[in-house]
Amino acid sequence: MQVKNRLRPFFENINFDRKDNELILNFGPQHPSAHGQLRLMLHLQQEQVVKAHPDIGYLHRGMEKMAENMIYNEFMPTTDRMDYIASSSNNYGFALAVEKLIGLEVPRRAKVIRMMLLEINRLISHLFWLATTALDIGAMTVFLYAFREREYLMDLMEDYCGARLTHSAIRIGGVPLDIPDNFIPDLKKFLDKLPQNIKDYEDLLDTNRIWQMRMEEVGVIPTEMALSWGCTGPMLRASGVAWDIRKEEPYELYDEVDFDIPVSDKCDNYARYKLYMMEMRESAKILYQVMDMYADTSTELMAHAPQYISAPKLDIMTQNYSLMQHFVLVTQGMRPPVGEVYVATESPKGELGYYINSQGGPYPYRLKLRAPSFWHTGVLTDLLPGHYIPDVVAIIGTTNIVFGEVDR
Amino acid sequence: MRRYVPKDDVQKKAYYTDRYWVAPQVPKAKVSSDSVFAEDLKAIEAKFKVLDAYIQVEQMVVYIQPEDNFGVLELMKKELEYTQLSEMSAVDFLSQRGEFDIFYQMLSMSKRKRIRVKCAIKKDEAIESVEKLFRSADWSEREMYDMFGIKVNNHPFFKRILMPDDWEGHPLLKTYPLHGDEFAAWYEVDKIFGKEARDIIGPEIRDDAAVDRYDTKRFARLGHEVPFGAEIPEGEPAVKTEYQEDDGVFLIERFEKESSTVITDRDR
Repeated sequence: MQVKNRLRPFFENINFDRKDNELILNFGPQHPSAHGQLRLMLHLQQEQVVKAHPDIGYLHRGMEKMAENMIYNEFMPTTDRMDYIASSSNNYGFALAVEKLIGLEVPRRAKVIRMMLLEINRLISHLFWLATTALDIGAMTVFLYAFREREYLMDLMEDYCGARLTHSAIRIGGVPLDIPDNFIPDLKKFLDKLPQNIKDYEDLLDTNRIWQMRMEEVGVIPTEMALSWGCTGPMLRASGVAWDIRKEEPYELYDEVDFDIPVSDKCDNYARYKLYMMEMRESAKILYQVMDMYADTSTELMAHAPQYISAPKLDIMTQNYSLMQHFVLVTQGMRPPVGEVYVATESPKGELGYYINSQGGPYPYRLKLRAPSFWHTGVLTDLLPGHYIPDVVAIIGTTNIVFGEVDR
Repeated sequence: MRRYVPKDDVQKKAYYTDRYWVAPQVPKAKVSSDSVFAEDLKAIEAKFKVLDAYIQVEQMVVYIQPEDNFGVLELMKKELEYTQLSEMSAVDFLSQRGEFDIFYQMLSMSKRKRIRVKCAIKKDEAIESVEKLFRSADWSEREMYDMFGIKVNNHPFFKRILMPDDWEGHPLLKTYPLHGDEFAAWYEVDKIFGKEARDIIGPEIRDDAAVDRYDTKRFARLGHEVPFGAEIPEGEPAVKTEYQEDDGVFLIERFEKESSTVITDRDR
């Protein structure tokens, strides 16, 4: 029984009663392979987990509360801090939700640039996943290689928006900037090398005995469990459900590009690893097509909706009315119509959803962030029992959870 | 006179609103305009009372009675192929109508459709858990309780999830203060020493970033190192700002342009 006491933290008052051979192991929140602030309470019989309680909240910053007291544009940099590995995907999900709420159509060039940023972010995220997971399992070489490639993409993001990790590269109504001159040639140079790089990783890992032993038949998530726990993204596709929001409910220009959705019915860690590798190839395929689309677009970057979106800088500096609009939008914020919207996008981790309830004010009345990692952490409750301690690390690796997103 | 602050909604307010301004609405469509949704709604209506239904931003919104939540979700999962509960949470409308709106965001992968099932419950009412249908509700119901204090019946492991277990209050309520508890600085002083000791001890410093720059006992004074406990009410000695070459700071050298390399191409 925990006794509430203001002077001492409550956990000092827990009594551990030893009934049988069950050992309670406290894993994290500062464990190097907990990928952030995950704390797991593992009940063990010898080396085998019989019960697992993921404990989260160590990185809780109250983003939903913050959103209720910010104007819509102000919240954009906060979304960066959710899935900070691929922050443009978060920016994009929020921008799209607000655009749907106010019914905006984004110019085609902005769509093309957004697609580029999204897929670059997916590559960054997948490379980061590969690097850290391989490191958790002991493959230091892959870590170094994958980080080398990721560095090029981070440089590209830096060329575009000046930031490497928290991009804020997407605005409600479009994108803030056109891509720099050398962006497409640089991206092409990278993509031409990418297939060989991916092949290098696969040569190192695919038939590696240690890798296979740690990955194959470990962390099996049956389809039923994946659906019930709200798993999405590669976690769901590795469990045999072909569901990718880019394909099924296409946004931006995903209905105009040709790409495949890799699916596996093996349900284990190895299947998820293979899916990440294949998805990187698909992202490259999308990027090639999007780069070709860029040339035939007009130069507009932001939607024209004076009630909600500031005019282009040239207008603000030359036309009085645009300046007034800009002043009102910056000081008071846009006021979307009364209503609610739930918009799901396919972030690198899975379904990233934004539920916005607007009561017509300049601040969202309620904003719910549906972060995929939250449920991918929850599924550990049912997934870990039966596995051994070393498998726990491999499983946490392949779930690809990021704690900025879990705790929000 | 002090400005009036409503107690039932202490959140930030727009500082200016035109008195004649009427907020527009996000357009709603009739359910009959979409054949898939119309059939789903008919199946739900056959067994449960539907208070309102419409389509907004490509998704159907169905208002049901709160006691039907388990039944409706069970019907949707087993018969209407809504196999995933993407999200559920609540919205605080206590100050307007004394109710919470609870929403369940459902996804059908076979039909490629999303439905939002909503119900309203009064302040102290509890809702039935849907954890038996969707395991994801296990965590989202805990989060809903954590953030709003809404009790959930028949939940297998009902406790806070994001906030610490001994936390007081529910942060996403509109009544929850934005700037913390102004009396918190006296909690421990009152409890340990009694109220009469307030003048002697002073308020507890609860700002963990607070640094007293003249406190030479507890704070590191980088660049201004003085002996432990030294009295320096007049301020600290001057800081060196010169380069090492000019008898200044150790290891801070002057930048030499000739001996440095400028990288122009990152060799992608």
